[in-house]
Amino acid sequence: MIAEAGLAALWLAAALAAMQFVLAAIGVRRVLAAPDDESALTTDLIGAVRPVAIVQGALAALAMALLIAVFLRSDMSVLLVAENSHSEKPWLYKFAGAWGNHEGSMLLWVTILGLAGGAVAIFERSLARATVTATLGAQALIALGFYAFLLFASNPFARIDPAPADGQGLNPLLQDPGLAFHPPTLYIGYVGISVAFSFAVGALVARDVGPAFARAMRPWVLGAWIFLTLGITAGSYWAYYELGWGGWWFWDPVENASLMPWLAATALLHSVTVLATRDGLRAWTVMLAVVAFSMSMIGTFLVRSGILTSVHAFAVDPTRGSFILVLLVLYIGGALALFATRVGTVRAGNTFDLVSREGALVANNLLLSVILGVVLIGTLYPIVAAGFGVQLSVGPPFFDKAAGPVALLLVVVMAAGPLLRWRRDGWRALAARLAVPAAACAIVLAAVLVVAGGVSLLPLLGLALAAGLGVASVAPLWGRNLIRTPLFTWGMVVAHLGIAVSLAGMASESAFTKQTLVAARVGEPQQVGPYTVTLTGISPVIGPNWSALEAHLTARRGDSPAITLRPQSRFFTNPVTVTSESAIATRWDGQLYTVLGQIDGAGRVQLRLWWKPFVTLIWLGGALVALGGALSLIGRLLRERRARHRAEAEAWT
Amino acid sequence: MKAKQQRMILAGLGLAAVAAAALLALSALKDQASFFYAPGDVRRQGLPLGRAVRLGGMVEAGSIKRQADGVSIHFVVGDGVARVPVSFRGIAPDLFREKSGVVAEGSFNPDGSFTATNLLAKHDEKYMPPQMAGKMHETTTLKE
Repeated sequence: MIAEAGLAALWLAAALAAMQFVLAAIGVRRVLAAPDDESALTTDLIGAVRPVAIVQGALAALAMALLIAVFLRSDMSVLLVAENSHSEKPWLYKFAGAWGNHEGSMLLWVTILGLAGGAVAIFERSLARATVTATLGAQALIALGFYAFLLFASNPFARIDPAPADGQGLNPLLQDPGLAFHPPTLYIGYVGISVAFSFAVGALVARDVGPAFARAMRPWVLGAWIFLTLGITAGSYWAYYELGWGGWWFWDPVENASLMPWLAATALLHSVTVLATRDGLRAWTVMLAVVAFSMSMIGTFLVRSGILTSVHAFAVDPTRGSFILVLLVLYIGGALALFATRVGTVRAGNTFDLVSREGALVANNLLLSVILGVVLIGTLYPIVAAGFGVQLSVGPPFFDKAAGPVALLLVVVMAAGPLLRWRRDGWRALAARLAVPAAACAIVLAAVLVVAGGVSLLPLLGLALAAGLGVASVAPLWGRNLIRTPLFTWGMVVAHLGIAVSLAGMASESAFTKQTLVAARVGEPQQVGPYTVTLTGISPVIGPNWSALEAHLTARRGDSPAITLRPQSRFFTNPVTVTSESAIATRWDGQLYTVLGQIDGAGRVQLRLWWKPFVTLIWLGGALVALGGALSLIGRLLRERRARHRAEAEAWT
Repeated sequence: MKAKQQRMILAGLGLAAVAAAALLALSALKDQASFFYAPGDVRRQGLPLGRAVRLGGMVEAGSIKRQADGVSIHFVVGDGVARVPVSFRGIAPDLFREKSGVVAEGSFNPDGSFTATNLLAKHDEKYMPPQMAGKMHETTTLKE
């Protein structure tokens, strides 16, 4: 019964989304035709949209909760549970299993979208009624596509008869706490961008593109961006420790699918600030919202359509594949068409000089767009080529070569931007303010060349620029009263500092990593970086749904106390898979990373040992970036609330 | 008028950025487009010497030879058209076995053999053989 109730909730939510769209469309039409129309019909139409949006979100959430319930109960008569879960699985993975598959993740997507729509309906009070209503209408239209996709092509509640006794299990690689929380984090990011996009559509439809709309959109862009940042950072760390190959970024299409919306959201975040505070870049901001939404759709669909994991996905399930393609074309095409027909009505905003904060932000936007373009082309090229019967793949060499130099240039712009004044500034003043960061850059460059010769160019530049950016990021705080500095200024400083920290980690990892690969015998010491690692023994281990071989390693650096590391090779039965669990020791100056390979007949054990100096800075930087975003968000929300209270107080007097 | 001009300049810059991205990507792709090779491609297109590529195919039955150092293996990758001997130093992925699909990252040697720096085995026991060469583009980075 639970599954049927879930399906019913889903149908009801879909029906409400349709209603929400129709009400909004008629209401907005009437208001736009006669702005002073206060007739009962118009007010009722517009007034009904908010509650409908709230109930729609609640019903989607109910459907998701019911799906989680069938997973937790291991109801094998539900096809999705039978295919993706197993009754002997730890409960956390039964729970997370609800979205660790195609249908469930699409339901999670639309649930977050519905809840976000409800939140807009409840909290957004400062925009004109036509704009809010059009925004909710756009949201309903996006949600409708997903409901249709779920109901007609990917029903998560379908039954199977006869029900199997046990399910097929979840891919063991996904049985990791990180993976349980990773998809929801990314989806919140994707969906946040969709809401920002709905605001852009609402503003275009209501001809209301201006600072007020930018202020309404900004928290959603910021929120989405924070979650995307967290998701990408966590995903990178997950791949690093779980896959056991020692790398932290693969330029895998699935990674790119989350990077592309992040790049677009980063650009949008900066341009929306210009629009909100300086009333510039109006059309550009709306365009970026369209682009960012397109990227989050492409990201979702790339990952979820199966087009990436198999270029033959369309042949396997033509309905689903075509459905996805049609939705993509409708959404992106529709958004671009609306933009094209309405961009003429967007009035020009304020102007500014080339050398100014705005100018730097435009440069930031352009460079981010270039990187985005490069990643997009590299990711889609193999898929397009496959359409023409050519099999090829684009890998790290392409992305490093094409995106790396642009990214370093972006770092320079990033260092200069916050040091520039709004409206207009001078080259000479900028040069004076950049003197200290440039000196930091030069000192690090010289130090690295002296201490560690033979570092290749990109890491060397990376280290030097990281130092310069680090100094430049904190410069806006210089000479200020730190307690009275606004929270969003702190946010910017922390986020930019985070990029510097991350960049330093990446450069250090690629420049200074040491690795040792051996077939070791028990008792033989191995050297990797500053560590001496000894294999002391091997033992079998039993886990909840796996068994494993575990190597016991003792690592010693100089006179410091020995560290014990226990990398495993795990054997899963449902489904039959072998995974290797790396063992990592984290020290302040880096990580010792160990992987267990195969055991040969001669009593030797394959070991791969890495010493990765300051590799942790990569993810620490990511966390700082997200923290900076959070500080900005809190700062902005507090300020808006205060402003609203003040306005209300004035209205009373 | 000033505002309109600035808008035109911005639009122009935007287009220039997109064009720059496309040019950058295409010039790099020209070098890297044939990043993925099947053994048969080598016969048709010649050896891509001096750069990192991926070689994909099936590990031939009985071809895996473990070397004395304990961490090197030699094996042969075939696609029904041609065969390429591969040497690899490292820990082979858990799903690396004979008669199964593999993608090797590395570079070709002048004699036509391949030195792999990384092996990617397909994480799927339901592997479908050769004619679906596209299948082999899949990597171990299975992120759901």
